[in-house]
Amino acid sequence: MATMQISNNQMSNNMPPRRSLWQDVMQRFSKHRVGMLGAFIIGVLVITALVGPILAPYEPNKMNFSSAFLAPSLKHPLGTDDFGRDILSRIMHGAGVSVRVGVVAVSLAASVGTVLGMLAGYGRRIVDEAIMRSMDILLAFPTILLALAIMAILGKGVNNAMIAIGIVYIPIFARIARSAVLSVKQEEFIMASVALGAGDIHILWRHIFPNILAPIIVETSLSLSFAILAEAALSFFGLGTQPPDASWGRMLSEGRDFFNQSIWIGIFPGVAIMFSVMGFNFLGDGLRDSLDPGMK
Amino acid sequence: MNYRFVVQRLLFAGFVVLGVTFVVFMIIQLIPGDPARVSLGLQATEELVAQRRINMGLDRPVLEQYTTWVTNMAQGDMGRSMLTGQSVSAMVMQRLPTTLQLTGLSIIFGMLVAFPLGIISAMRPNSPIDVIASILSQLGIAVPDFWMAILLVLLFSSTLGVLPPSGYTPISEDFGDWLSHMILPALTAGLISASIQTRFIRSAMLEVLSQTYIRTARAKGLRESVVIRRHALRNALITIVTIIGLQVTALLSAVVVIEIVFNLPGLGRLVLDSVLDRDYTLLQGSVFVMALLVTIINLGVDMLYFFLDPRIEY
Repeated sequence: MATMQISNNQMSNNMPPRRSLWQDVMQRFSKHRVGMLGAFIIGVLVITALVGPILAPYEPNKMNFSSAFLAPSLKHPLGTDDFGRDILSRIMHGAGVSVRVGVVAVSLAASVGTVLGMLAGYGRRIVDEAIMRSMDILLAFPTILLALAIMAILGKGVNNAMIAIGIVYIPIFARIARSAVLSVKQEEFIMASVALGAGDIHILWRHIFPNILAPIIVETSLSLSFAILAEAALSFFGLGTQPPDASWGRMLSEGRDFFNQSIWIGIFPGVAIMFSVMGFNFLGDGLRDSLDPGMK
Repeated sequence: MNYRFVVQRLLFAGFVVLGVTFVVFMIIQLIPGDPARVSLGLQATEELVAQRRINMGLDRPVLEQYTTWVTNMAQGDMGRSMLTGQSVSAMVMQRLPTTLQLTGLSIIFGMLVAFPLGIISAMRPNSPIDVIASILSQLGIAVPDFWMAILLVLLFSSTLGVLPPSGYTPISEDFGDWLSHMILPALTAGLISASIQTRFIRSAMLEVLSQTYIRTARAKGLRESVVIRRHALRNALITIVTIIGLQVTALLSAVVVIEIVFNLPGLGRLVLDSVLDRDYTLLQGSVFVMALLVTIINLGVDMLYFFLDPRIEY
């Protein structure tokens, strides 16, 4: 017995330290160069969104006609627009709008879509058919068109844009969650839970939900990039952020007539959108490869 | 051939169209306030608003309103614009050709860029051209369509002066002028579409190129161009056609935005105008036709896939 114990101790000393799934994921992610680049870009974006309003060199909405159309300089690193407003300060404020819209819209889409997808995947066939056929109907609308139709009902404004974008992406999350549930519910540990007499809600919440998180997290990151693009487009059309507030899409829309004479008005907000979208796409790619190395 | 699949897909498309009619019908039911009041303005008298409510059928039960609306739609009557009183069907049909032309031209431009890039990338993985194609693809996905439109206008219209920045001439009036006005919008949508297609074409080709029949074809001493054209591309085409078909739905979203930026008289422009003018009957008609277009395209892709690959059983 004593010999047995010693050999067990020796075995445990020789074995690598036990790590959780998430520690493994983090280790794989830290070696994923594209994913880390995405995390860095998103880190910069989030910090800008949080401290931008404090660190911005000028008041973003303050007009100064004597400083209109100034080219980039030390005083105004990204130049000024037609109202003499500092473009850097407006981009820093715009970061907050983009992050807020992205987080709220995607949270709405992810939470509602995941619940619907889980119910469809786990519930009876009639529930599955009712939910998924409704999602098919919503997917028949081009995304921006559906967002425009919802904005027609809700009215202009950035808060309504968040809801519209959120609703548009619900079917995508529902489809992903449903297909993940369908594969997880065949696993033996689910059958064991059923055999032990666990209730449906307990099984869904404690056993299925943690096991479908990987594709949901990846889709969340990718959807954040689409949400930023959609908000920019809605603001560009005059339906999202309203003047004089700054958002990247709004800045491009307002400066459209002056791009010929002052190209910086049209370049920098676009670059900000592009990098944010790339950041979330890279992060999503990194997360996908790290959460499920076989999914590449 | 198993025609059960064809019947199933047709029934499913019919169901989706019916669902779409319900969603579109609900737009007018869900707007805050009275649509009759919205259409007449705040100054209108109560009598006038009441009369308008009767004319619009809003005094009847919702289910009756819906069945009447669907019946009218099925007969091609989409009602009258709340703003101008014009027939919505006529307005939509007038704008539809521009949207279809732009979509068609964008698909052609997209394929002209995506096919060579995707095939060359797959033939030489990790080569400089593959890396460049990958970077361009990432950029294309990340660039907002309206911003790319603006940049292309700045380059081709303002700097080089070779193409008009906006406007439209009907194809029936002057083909050359029509094409010069359509190149920039179609190039914008085509480049965005190509950035996604390139990735799919590359991966589909990579998969086919790793198959044993490709090794056999090379071992037979066939020229590489013949191996690619006759053996690899033909087999990869089934996947590629499906992906391009599915991309058309995403392309329609881009087309909506691009029509607005270039001021093209298409359905996208009509949708935005109806939202800004709160012309809900016009919004219903234009949104319905766009969704119908998507459903028909999806159905067409499914059918094409079915006929292209007889090995697949449903």
